[in-house]
Amino acid sequence: MLSGFDIHVLTQLDIARIVSPALGCLFCCLPPHLIFRGISNPYRHAAISTAATAATAATAATATVQSFLPTLPFLSAIQRSRETFNLGSNFFFVPAHTGLAADTIIFTTPPQTRKRKAAEAAIIDNHSATKDSVAYSQAATGPPPRKSARKTKTVDPEVADPNPATDLTSIVSGVFTVSVEKRSPDLATPTLTSMESDEDFMSVASSADDFLDTQMSDDESLGEDFGDDFDGGFSKDKDIIATARKPYEVEFSVLSPGDIDREQNRQINEVSSILSLPPESAAILLRYGRWNREKLIESYMDHPEETLEEAGLGTNFESEAKTEVVPGFMCDICCEDGDGLETYAMRCGHRFCGDCYRHYLAQKIREEGEAARIECPGDSCHMIVDSKSLGLLVTADLKDRYQTLLTRTYVDNKENLKWCPAPNCEYAVDCSVKQRDLRRIVPTVQCNCRHNFCFGCTLNDHQPAPCQLVKMWLKKCEDDSETANWISANTKECPKCHSTIEKNGGCNHMTCRKCKHEFCWMCMGLWNEHGTSWYNCNRYEEKSGSEARTAQAKSRASLERYLHYYNRYANHEQSAKLDKDLYLKTEKKMTSLQSQSGLSWIEVQFLHTASQALQQCRQTLKWTYAFAYYLARNNLTEIFEVNQKDLELAVENLSEMFEKPVAELANLKVDILDKTAYCNKRRVILLSDTAENLKNGEWSFNADW
Amino acid sequence: MFAGKRLSKELLKMKEHLPPGISIAKSENLEEWQMDIRVLDENPLYQNQVFRLKFTFGSKYPIEPPEVQFIELPSTSETPRSIPIHPHIYSNGIICLDLLSSAGWSPVQTVESVCMSIQSMLTANTRDERPPGDSEFVSYNRRRPRDINFFYDDDNV
Repeated sequence: MLSGFDIHVLTQLDIARIVSPALGCLFCCLPPHLIFRGISNPYRHAAISTAATAATAATAATATVQSFLPTLPFLSAIQRSRETFNLGSNFFFVPAHTGLAADTIIFTTPPQTRKRKAAEAAIIDNHSATKDSVAYSQAATGPPPRKSARKTKTVDPEVADPNPATDLTSIVSGVFTVSVEKRSPDLATPTLTSMESDEDFMSVASSADDFLDTQMSDDESLGEDFGDDFDGGFSKDKDIIATARKPYEVEFSVLSPGDIDREQNRQINEVSSILSLPPESAAILLRYGRWNREKLIESYMDHPEETLEEAGLGTNFESEAKTEVVPGFMCDICCEDGDGLETYAMRCGHRFCGDCYRHYLAQKIREEGEAARIECPGDSCHMIVDSKSLGLLVTADLKDRYQTLLTRTYVDNKENLKWCPAPNCEYAVDCSVKQRDLRRIVPTVQCNCRHNFCFGCTLNDHQPAPCQLVKMWLKKCEDDSETANWISANTKECPKCHSTIEKNGGCNHMTCRKCKHEFCWMCMGLWNEHGTSWYNCNRYEEKSGSEARTAQAKSRASLERYLHYYNRYANHEQSAKLDKDLYLKTEKKMTSLQSQSGLSWIEVQFLHTASQALQQCRQTLKWTYAFAYYLARNNLTEIFEVNQKDLELAVENLSEMFEKPVAELANLKVDILDKTAYCNKRRVILLSDTAENLKNGEWSFNADW
Repeated sequence: MFAGKRLSKELLKMKEHLPPGISIAKSENLEEWQMDIRVLDENPLYQNQVFRLKFTFGSKYPIEPPEVQFIELPSTSETPRSIPIHPHIYSNGIICLDLLSSAGWSPVQTVESVCMSIQSMLTANTRDERPPGDSEFVSYNRRRPRDINFFYDDDNV
């Protein structure tokens, strides 16, 4: 029954077929109690919905689709299956496409979606996915070969845009909406309606579903399955709906320097009005109290004078910041005493000439990088130079630097703020994950500069491994301890003088060069105990060598275990490094693909999406190996390894696609999209599972941390 | 220029009057001076001894602190000088004193006031010992005093 199908559809079903037995396997090899107790929800859910999916797939191919098309239970079954596996999104469009009378389904469509959909229909020229859907619909009734299906599609006058080039340009140049709105009335054709209901289906699905909104790649690939998702702006309407967080995601926000300043000022003004102090004094107080407002106010209320004194403020707020000429003054710094010397003193009364003050401040700000706690130049005076005094004395560039330094100390002092570690990035990230939570959460955040990093340790994203394990792992990889480990695994010590010996010949009869001790390499026992059977040591149980052997075996096993994980970790790291090349190659491929196949730039974006997914999945995979190294063996670890294997398989499959000749890529588009979506979904499953277990403290580790 | 003016004024003032136990040993130029200090009371650790301090001034003096350390002159010289024994003075003459770091320094300080501080630091000392890790520090340290990050832990000096 499947034989007559179009290739693409076959792939979809294949995935369904492959995935469900694979899952079946997963469950078969686990004891039944695990399925109900140990396995966390994605699996249980998966078990049910896979069955549903497989069933649906079969029925969709055979039965007349109209009959169950409008029935909502059917739809929700598909939705559910999507949620768990992204089996290639075409799956869901099957009913709508097949049922050409799809206008029977009535959904409410948000206006944007309509516009967008209309626009997609308008530039439908050369739409692979639409072709596929038609191919599918025909396949369901009586399967024609793929090529004829393509023809049917391209000649469809209702859908094909008379002037695709103009439309494309308008979209690319961003005047999208205008051109679309003009078009939409003439596009109300049956075909379009069916398309629209697809999109409706999508939006319904997306509201129920959580999309891979972090990446948008899933979104995009979904869109591209029957059309193209034009740009980020349009996928936003989906993102708004899809707010549900995954277990491994944390809440955070990215702050620009402006945001940080505003936030600082807000707090300063608040404290200033509560304590009725001038804002610049409130700022000094807050910095002194490391921005812990409640504690500061409490301490001020209890003993205002001590607090002010300790913060370097003094209690006199009367005087105004201005320079003065004081007759008979001599500056204690430069010993200048000319008449008309411009002088300045803060409330502490330590008066110096303006030049010296300026030099002093410049030195502190520029050379010493000090801002929040610049004290009065006077000897053992701890009065802090406030922003008003500073503003009066220094030049604009120093003021900027001063402000930057203040912002820096602000972010450094706040536990919930961290600078993005990417070079030249000026954003900070606000996240409420505390240091003590890091045992249970791996808080990966994404800066506006698109850099993914861990909020806990500011290293690059290292999910699923917790910060502490990452630290241990990196140290282990760096340390020479492994050299020692190698030595102990590959060499032996002379049982008598303990010189290190590496065996380089075949004979087991060892004679220590140093002490002339004779022993057997195999059992480490005395050689003369071996009698005549020296060439084939059969004395393993001999007491004289057993201790040496156990120590040896232990160290060898631990080295091998480490190397197993390290090799895989390093391999993914290497691949991640090659990702940059890969990306450049991808760009080139995209360009040549455009000229070879006549696809538009937007239509070849799928390669970019795929390469990004690859990078991210490899990053995750890399750290799964470091994580696994520290895991004790139990049922959870088994599940983890199955997930890891699945992701790795998916990644390798996708990676292979990039090796294909450019000419084939256009035809493989759907396949690549499917594989990308599958990779992403596997990653989500793996990370969700590990994060949930980490949160609930389910993992057991073989190391203390 | 900044340092020059100030230093010449300081020198002028010091030549007029200096507190007991402090005297100028060398001040030919405005980059490096040497001062002799003597502990006034009967502290047995430093009785009848004179120590030589070397001041090196940067162009940003007095905004930046000067570099100050004890120097040793051989016993054969006219004026033999040794490094005073003190838990904050390394045997190569480097002094661990927060006053001399950029954080503890105030531009109001002068050569005279630094000498007085060090003099009183010696006076108050009763411990006949070098800082912990002295021999290691002395043999490995090739840095100038200003580049060393001291950890000032003792407030009783």
